[in-house]
Amino acid sequence: MGKHKKRILQLAFFAATYLAVAALIRAGTINDFSFAVIVTICINIILSSSLNMVTGFAGQFSLGHAGFMSIGAYVCALTILRRPTPLGFLLGMLGGALLAALVGLLVGLPTLRLRGDYLAIATLGMAEIIRVVFLNLEITNGAAGLSFIPQLVDWNWLFAATAGTLLLIANFLNSSPGRACIAIQEDEVAAEAVGVNTLRYKVTVFSLGAFFAGIGGALYAAYFYFIKPDLFGFSRSVDILVIVVVGGMGSLSGSVVASVLLMVVSTALQAYPALRMILYSLLLVAVMLFRPQGLMGSKEVADLVFTRFRRAEKTEKQGG
Amino acid sequence: MKKFLSLLLVCCLLLTLFAACTKKDDTPPPADDGDNETPAAETLKIGINYERSGGVATYGNSSVDGILMAFEQINAAGGVNGKLIEYEEHSMDNGSDSAEATTVATRLMTQHQVLAVLGPATSGAFKATIPVANKNKVPVISGSATADDVTGNFQYDEEGNLVLDTDGKPSGLQEYAFRICFSDSYQGTAMAMFAANDLKATKAVVITDTSSDYGKGLARNFVATFVEGGGTVVAQEGYVKDETNFNAVLTRLKGLDFDVIFIPGYYNEAGLIIKQARALGIDVPVLGADGFDSPDLLSLAGAEALNDIYFSNHYSSLSEDPVVTKFIADFKARYNREPDAFNALGYDLGMFVADALGRAAEATGEALKVALEETDGFAGVTGRFSVDAQHNPVKALVVIGLENGVQVSSVNASVS
Repeated sequence: MGKHKKRILQLAFFAATYLAVAALIRAGTINDFSFAVIVTICINIILSSSLNMVTGFAGQFSLGHAGFMSIGAYVCALTILRRPTPLGFLLGMLGGALLAALVGLLVGLPTLRLRGDYLAIATLGMAEIIRVVFLNLEITNGAAGLSFIPQLVDWNWLFAATAGTLLLIANFLNSSPGRACIAIQEDEVAAEAVGVNTLRYKVTVFSLGAFFAGIGGALYAAYFYFIKPDLFGFSRSVDILVIVVVGGMGSLSGSVVASVLLMVVSTALQAYPALRMILYSLLLVAVMLFRPQGLMGSKEVADLVFTRFRRAEKTEKQGG
Repeated sequence: MKKFLSLLLVCCLLLTLFAACTKKDDTPPPADDGDNETPAAETLKIGINYERSGGVATYGNSSVDGILMAFEQINAAGGVNGKLIEYEEHSMDNGSDSAEATTVATRLMTQHQVLAVLGPATSGAFKATIPVANKNKVPVISGSATADDVTGNFQYDEEGNLVLDTDGKPSGLQEYAFRICFSDSYQGTAMAMFAANDLKATKAVVITDTSSDYGKGLARNFVATFVEGGGTVVAQEGYVKDETNFNAVLTRLKGLDFDVIFIPGYYNEAGLIIKQARALGIDVPVLGADGFDSPDLLSLAGAEALNDIYFSNHYSSLSEDPVVTKFIADFKARYNREPDAFNALGYDLGMFVADALGRAAEATGEALKVALEETDGFAGVTGRFSVDAQHNPVKALVVIGLENGVQVSSVNASVS
């Protein structure tokens, strides 16, 4: 019963967001600039929720998300530079995501035997390798990068990719393999003792995360006209991780909230270059001081709403 | 209770932020209408989209210092045709990120309705704003985007003539993109000609920064021009950014016979290469490009090693041109330090856009674009230049010579 309600609420929220933004775009309230901000937010949501799945839910500390993102971006950019059509974009996006997932699988098999800090260093190294490969390949135009990529992302694509990513991740986490991943995060040894094939699930979740990072990268390339290897360095991986931590490790809605919040702050501060880094960093410090578990902790928005409901129902019953 | 309090705090923070944002976003359009009704208050809005924080903030901040000084001088002198330039509200930071450069350009063009956007400083970020410029018909102008294909990917026929579209514009031109600096390939070519003609060199060695497109582009054009002019390139070596020990390469080169070394790269490594080369007794002239232009070159190499060094640059502080001497004096008075090439380019950029604004038929991006294209004989700190059909400036570069770490000579060089 509660589960059904939650699902309906979720879908209603997605549908309302889609219709509201579509209507505002049609009415002209959302202009090119606001849309560019929305695109950045959506890309950040995709990247942070997929990293949250790997780091927050499955407990595998990864610093290589930007590497997977760059694979998606480059494959998609190279495809749509040759075929600037919606079909080309779809193929490029899926191709990039699949290649990212494949690389995630190959990298994950040896490195996911490591834990904690060691894994973080290994994934960091992997992302650097990917960056250097793009830096030296002929087809990616080396350090100068690819420019004048056609802009194919509109609200329909953006919404489909973002909502699709969120729903797929939420469903995965509710499935049997997803629960196995959460068990690994809680206690890897205990999970293994009750028969969870830890390496298999860790590799699964890792390459699934890489897949969605590839989708995020593809959207980035097909909206921002220009990519180069330096854009996908260590600092971007950290930026994504910051969103995950601020939102709350283990809360998908936390990643969504933090993506929106941090982007709005960063955009509002564009006009104040001197204060920008200070205020942005102060905000992060404040959040970590007052909410060390992140804005949402490990709760979802739906949980909060429903506990309130249930409490209200209970008190009503008691009162009556 | 504590939990509740902190949640409340976060909510308040969020609310103030949203309030601050919506206020900001809502104000520009009404202000716009006000301007149209009262022509007396009319201003010319110019956007500034530079790297004020992040990896290449030094380039961005230096450029902006120059731009601000130019606009202050123009406004103090009564503005352009009696209209003041409005720029403070339209100066934004793109955090050295190309996606953010796109967003900032979009913001300035659609929300602030500026007539032109100056910047970003680096080629990649600048290229990321060009599609936005073409879409909104607002020119973007960079003072320092030197990559070859910034203003368009041009094609040439068998005779080397530019391929034109039906409307007479070069094919592949980015219509709303302009720059006021020369390209990397131009510098490579000019330095090869300087080596052959002024230094009478016939045998050269090239040590390239292979990790940057800048270095590779310079090396390619230097070698092509030098060989074409009858010279031979005895050896080509490479290094990557952040290397510090070049003794292996230099010892290998020491046994060879050559007249000149060309180092296409930045001052960090070039300074160390020069120091180590001089220590090994290699005392032939060393050539470079605008990547050498930094006080750090002196601190890295040391004054006694910096003899017979020649590099191409956008301007020389030794010039006796009254435009340059006035600029240097004004800059010292305003900022209390010596101007560098980015300051000079930024200043020229501000003056250049003001010059075009003065000639534009009306205050629109389209009219400004036409005026920019028609620029002829603009006298800037970085030289007198006109804008060619490819939206590049036609200007001479300066070759600066160092003795004991001090600029002692500057020669105007051009490729003809």
